[in-house]
Amino acid sequence: MIISGGRTLFSSGENKDKSMNITLKIWRQDGPDSKGRFETYELSEVTGDMSFLEMLDVLNDKLIKEGSDPVAFDHDCREGICGMCSMVIDGRPHGPQRHTTTCQLHMRSFKDGDTIHIEPFRANAFPIVKDLAVNRSAFDRIIQKGGYISVSTGQAMDGNSIPIEKANADAAFNSATCIGCGACVAACKNASAMLFVSAKVSHLALLPQGQAERSIRAKAMVEQMDKEGFGYCSNTGACAVECPVGIDLSNIARLNREYFRSHLKAEV
Amino acid sequence: MSNSNSITLDPKIPSGSLEGKWTKYKGDVPLVSPNNKLRLDVIVVGTGLAGASAASSLAELGYNVKAFCFQDSARRAHSIAAQGGINAAKNYRNDGDSIYRLFYDTIKGGDYRSREANVYRLAEVSANIIDQAVAQGVPLAREYGGLLANRSFGGVQVSRTFYARGQTGQQLLLGAYSGLARQVGAGKVELYARHEMVELVKIDGVARGIIARNLMTGKMERFGAHAVVIATGGYGNVFFLSTNAMGSNVSAAWKAHKAGAAFANPCYVQIHPTCIPVSGHYQSKLTLMSESLRNDGRVWVPKKKGDTRAPNEIPHQERDYYLERRYPAFGNLVPRDVAARAAKQACDDGYGVGKSKLAVYLDFATAIERLGEAEVSARYGNLFEMYEKITGENPYKTPMRIYPAVHYTMGGIWVDYELQTTVPGLFAIGEANFSDHGANRLGASALMQGLADGYFVLPYTIGSFLSTQIREPKIDTKHDAFVKAEKKANDDIHRLMSIKGKQSVDDFHKRLGKVIWDKVGMSRNEKGLKEAKKEVEEIRQDFNADLRIPGRADAFNPELEKASRVSDFIELGALMVQDALNRNESCGGHFREEYQSSEGEALRNDEEYAYVAAWEHTEPGKDSTLHKEPLLFENVELKTRSYK
Repeated sequence: MIISGGRTLFSSGENKDKSMNITLKIWRQDGPDSKGRFETYELSEVTGDMSFLEMLDVLNDKLIKEGSDPVAFDHDCREGICGMCSMVIDGRPHGPQRHTTTCQLHMRSFKDGDTIHIEPFRANAFPIVKDLAVNRSAFDRIIQKGGYISVSTGQAMDGNSIPIEKANADAAFNSATCIGCGACVAACKNASAMLFVSAKVSHLALLPQGQAERSIRAKAMVEQMDKEGFGYCSNTGACAVECPVGIDLSNIARLNREYFRSHLKAEV
Repeated sequence: MSNSNSITLDPKIPSGSLEGKWTKYKGDVPLVSPNNKLRLDVIVVGTGLAGASAASSLAELGYNVKAFCFQDSARRAHSIAAQGGINAAKNYRNDGDSIYRLFYDTIKGGDYRSREANVYRLAEVSANIIDQAVAQGVPLAREYGGLLANRSFGGVQVSRTFYARGQTGQQLLLGAYSGLARQVGAGKVELYARHEMVELVKIDGVARGIIARNLMTGKMERFGAHAVVIATGGYGNVFFLSTNAMGSNVSAAWKAHKAGAAFANPCYVQIHPTCIPVSGHYQSKLTLMSESLRNDGRVWVPKKKGDTRAPNEIPHQERDYYLERRYPAFGNLVPRDVAARAAKQACDDGYGVGKSKLAVYLDFATAIERLGEAEVSARYGNLFEMYEKITGENPYKTPMRIYPAVHYTMGGIWVDYELQTTVPGLFAIGEANFSDHGANRLGASALMQGLADGYFVLPYTIGSFLSTQIREPKIDTKHDAFVKAEKKANDDIHRLMSIKGKQSVDDFHKRLGKVIWDKVGMSRNEKGLKEAKKEVEEIRQDFNADLRIPGRADAFNPELEKASRVSDFIELGALMVQDALNRNESCGGHFREEYQSSEGEALRNDEEYAYVAAWEHTEPGKDSTLHKEPLLFENVELKTRSYK
């Protein structure tokens, strides 16, 4: 998929050592029911080797020392794998660099004098906790409805007892790398969670271990997704473009097939 | 230091041969009947590999489980960031692996400072973990024949590491998380995300619950149970800069410690040799580059001090591949403590590279020549990308710059063979306990231990305690002990909020981290440790006098969360110093400069220090009390660890 404005992975690193002045327009909101607004902050001495979140750390330290309220944002591992960091940067979930979470984005992707807009992931199903932090527990509830294989500890047979074709194992792996961050929802004009749900359904549908519950899984997870208030999928593909770990759009096609299949299998 | 009577260390190691202990234990341990399990409640704090696997396994057995994590979802625990792999004694390679070999490698790798019986059990259940993960749909790497693949890891000479590209921790955690989600869906686990344990509640000396702060509302909430399990990981963030997640903390373990659980071997910290070096003062965390890279990457520094040429301009004969030179038998795959110290030594001696001169090269040119870029990319592609994102440099073209960073803590809450702490009814599993890795952990063994404890050990051993609790009614959270614990938790928060000083939490955390890194880091000496003792105490006093926390206590307030964690880290820092001062030997991750050979290798003192140092808390700012658990080696001979 070709997108405009996407930066290649092996960037030139031209802004690596320069000190930059940056203007930030950050969404501030006290709680889920309060009214939000953009506030403007000026930050100097930003360097290219700083990560985006380290830049926000510097801002927050400044705000604390001035006696103001620091910007709340979610983050944890800061190595692109836990899925906790969110935020929409200049209109794009996780910012301008493809296949990169906010925590792995570095300021060398920006220029001296840039103005950067920072907003939370916006979706009815992701209520705002404060400022840029949102509540994504809806994702957990979807997984709880069927995003698993029902095997209790102790029931497993030898790991080599079922050979799995490498291509299938690799495809399942690709779907399983979803970090559950919610960028797909934030990118979608309908706030649909199809990419997230389809990644889990695909991961398990592609493996022999996942066959027994294949039908009930797809049905139950889609039902919960609808209940949580996520929108419908209109196949714009924005989700796959913005996904920081490159979950492919073909997962959604598979989910549609799995969901259809689950209804063909009439209950007897 | 005297042994007081308040703590007794009974390791409860079953009798009999090493090979038979776990089987015998399982045969003898009292069981809890299915209908009694339905009446018993268990709290599990932490949802990483250990916590999630324990919570789901206990729920499958029938216990009512309450699980807690401070993150917004159980899936985000920091186990998720483990890259390289998980060991298991499957011997699928036919290369001579066995339970005994895995046991022996772990004991030796830990520099003979772990308990034989625990380590043997770990090796024994390791194979089951792989089976369990595969059954859950964890996509471990496979070969073209469809069977599971393996790779090698440091400190061993067999190929027993299972992996899922460079995301093994993620895939195993998502497997454990899916099991947990299934039990939440089934109503057997109540999950409390964005909740942080702030107090352990004891009734008549037995752990009966916790006070947790709801991080969304700031309210204290009470939770009662017949037993409490701590699975909250390690304390590496005491260093401020580490490979841990930003939120990883010692608080739950520390609160348990202050409530009477002995804390063992806090000075055993693993410094991982291959991390991306610090780039500036704003640095918030360090990122690891998997040890698996040392399978194909070669570590070197220029032979000339202060060489400023670009790495590709330095010819082979002017490079010092110092690990291959010093340790020909293991080469680049020496254990982590050895590799980390060698890198520090090279930099301390003036051979470091990069702007900071605190880095060495990890070079893939030879591997790319031998295997081709495509194969190297298939093996390590995601790690190379991660490196490039952070540094802006392309490791296919120029060698990686790496430097050691704090990664894992072998020390932790003291537990007996049943994983029970010195507080009855309180258990500790995974990195949070001290038990299996001695003074140094081998690569790909953290995932193994976390899941071993959660899936295959605790579900048996907790029955030994819970079988004595079947007459206990539901724990009443109106009990005076809960009222008092809640009040204490609120008082602590109030105290922090009302300091109203000038410095931010990070100011103190960075100051603490610097002292601990400089003086209780890769190498330690008596003088430095004595200075550190004073400095940590000064930090504690300054923190209590000049801390500034913005915002309110009764709302979502990340700065307050940090403050409360750093407060505990400062107290822990003091204990690490005391432990490091007490241990007059070098072993594993604990390198005391006074105790080294003329070649700079660690000198253990088995006569005097073959024991677990389990510390009892007194009060903040005061020395802790030492209790010793002697380590008895009945099956292995204590040798000087050599990888030459």
